[in-house]
Amino acid sequence: MGKKSSEGFLSKPAVQSTLAALLCIVIGLLVGYVALLIINPAGATEAIITILKNYFTYPTKAAAMKYLGNTLVKAAPLLMCALSIQFCYQAGLFNIGAAGQYVAGAGAALFCALQLKMPWIICLLAALIAGGIFGIIVGLLKSYLNVNEVISGIMLNWIGLYTVNMLLSGVKETASPYTVQVASVNKGAILPSLGMEKLFSNNKYVTIAIPLAILIAILLKVILSMTVFGYEIKATGIAKDAAKYSGMKEKRNVIITLFIGGALAGLGAAFLFLTGYEQWSVTQSSVPGMGFNGIAATFLGGLDPIGTIFASYFIQHITSGGSYLDKNIYPSQISDFISAIIIYLCGFVLFFKIQLNGWLRARDERAKQPPIVQSKKEEGGNK
Amino acid sequence: MVLLLQYTLLFASVLILVALGGCFSEHSGVINLGLEGIMVMGALGGALTLKYISPSTPALLIVLAVMAASILCGVIYSMLLAVACINLKADQTLVGTALNMLAAAAATVIVKSINIAENPDNVSSTVQYVQTKKALVVSIGSFQFNWFMLVALIALILAYVILYKTRFGLRLMACGEHPQAADSVGINVYTMRWSGVLISGMLAGIGGIVYITAGVSEWKFEVGVAGFGFLALAVMIFGQWKPINIGLAALLFGFFRALSNVYSGFDFLAALNIPGSVYNMMPYIISLIVLAFTSSNSRAPKAEGIPYDKGSR
Repeated sequence: MGKKSSEGFLSKPAVQSTLAALLCIVIGLLVGYVALLIINPAGATEAIITILKNYFTYPTKAAAMKYLGNTLVKAAPLLMCALSIQFCYQAGLFNIGAAGQYVAGAGAALFCALQLKMPWIICLLAALIAGGIFGIIVGLLKSYLNVNEVISGIMLNWIGLYTVNMLLSGVKETASPYTVQVASVNKGAILPSLGMEKLFSNNKYVTIAIPLAILIAILLKVILSMTVFGYEIKATGIAKDAAKYSGMKEKRNVIITLFIGGALAGLGAAFLFLTGYEQWSVTQSSVPGMGFNGIAATFLGGLDPIGTIFASYFIQHITSGGSYLDKNIYPSQISDFISAIIIYLCGFVLFFKIQLNGWLRARDERAKQPPIVQSKKEEGGNK
Repeated sequence: MVLLLQYTLLFASVLILVALGGCFSEHSGVINLGLEGIMVMGALGGALTLKYISPSTPALLIVLAVMAASILCGVIYSMLLAVACINLKADQTLVGTALNMLAAAAATVIVKSINIAENPDNVSSTVQYVQTKKALVVSIGSFQFNWFMLVALIALILAYVILYKTRFGLRLMACGEHPQAADSVGINVYTMRWSGVLISGMLAGIGGIVYITAGVSEWKFEVGVAGFGFLALAVMIFGQWKPINIGLAALLFGFFRALSNVYSGFDFLAALNIPGSVYNMMPYIISLIVLAFTSSNSRAPKAEGIPYDKGSR
């Protein structure tokens, strides 16, 4: 290992994933920069720096900490959506319905908080169950009726949006389309902060949601890599028929996976709306982008729960950064544009890895000519 | 009643065009989940043409120019899918989804930049085409005939003829069923799949402009096309990947979509006092139910979604 460390280093899957992610980010930012240049060359450099700096644009440390808090508040639900998509992807399911499961969770949490005046723990549970039910519908349709989970997921996104709009129209402010403030109607539904707001210049939106989301990510990592259930999920994802043949109940696994996926996304919504940071607009006519940005975060994170933590933060960081742009020169959606480019590039990651491995193998073979007959790359690299 | 018929035909036209696009792509072996995004780009091209073309241009010329712009945008945008999925063997679901998000973001950025450049205080993502839109329709009594209804009908007939009666169509379908077999008799699978995806880009591009000019004379690009690309995929599955069935399925879905636009005009529907959201949900609910009944014995092309690798068996 020691002598040829550079080769061994480059052929490690984790290193390759990180490299690929960084490459995606760099190219994504470059494309974004070019777009900014086209829109208005004069301020483009400053604009891309603004996006990257996000809350660092504030001069004082206190203000920066406060707005770091805001970015984290929104990164927590994003992480949950990313985990939802990531978990389902392990079982070979593309859970684009996470956006709808997120909507269902938001509806359930706000309904319990505002209409039924429940404490926060019940609201969280309600969101978890509502998201889970949306997931189960997709799972049932997939495993028993062979309905493509992407299409049923999209349909449920819209059904969820209109249902939640109807459900919450009873608890909206009289003068606006927004739901009433959670803090003003039912203080008990606000997630506890356990004094964390002190760290972020008394940002009252900072709650246990942030550490909880990270804990859940670690928990998922443990489940996936150390339990029988996690093993079965991954086996189902890699070879469904083989998993079935070896006695795993693949139908049941698909349904459970989508339930967990839905529950994660639903919980994510509760993590945002129960802080009071955002209100639901009952007239909105497009599905919130959180679930879709989750796709970006999960693939950028190399489909690993821990990597996803960092990727979610990054995606949210540039999304928040976009809002600091001068609105009369640059559209803030340039951040969404960069995220979308990054996801598109993530599609090439596999290609990138194959190329990289091919190049490494070729180099190994060149380095040590005939004597060693075994052509296996790992052995060649480690001798 | 005339209004309901008009909207049904309009939305059915959109669904026919886009579903046929999906049909060509899938028959060649590529699942095109990016239809939604391609629609947005086609819509953008068409809308900008409508915005900048002089209203005094002959109507026919406007229709043709709009169509050409939409097709061009759709085709160029679908190349992103073709390169990734056919040549670089990327995950088709992931790339399709990325294209949908990219189109929504890019269209918003482009429209906003244009609006801001015209007037720094206008930060909306809306394109208006009140005057020039009139060129697209011909009034026959109270029925407003839209030229794109004719385009959709022609596309439907052409799709049937091309897929089943020409050498190109049969070869295309062979690549979706068994690419290795097709390759062994000298068909270039990559070329065929590229053709399939580009045709889908062309049709979805036209579909996009038809959708955003149906009944309105301005479009806010932030909202995209509201899942219509996916509804079209549902139509395609319901139509079992066959053009004629797709046409019929599109009429059914178009009817339910039209209902949400005009339900308040019917006394007995208005009297039921059902919230508008229910009508809005209707097409999506119907498509879920339809998919539940039609997916289990699907006639999907056997090799769709699997990147073709010349070297593998």
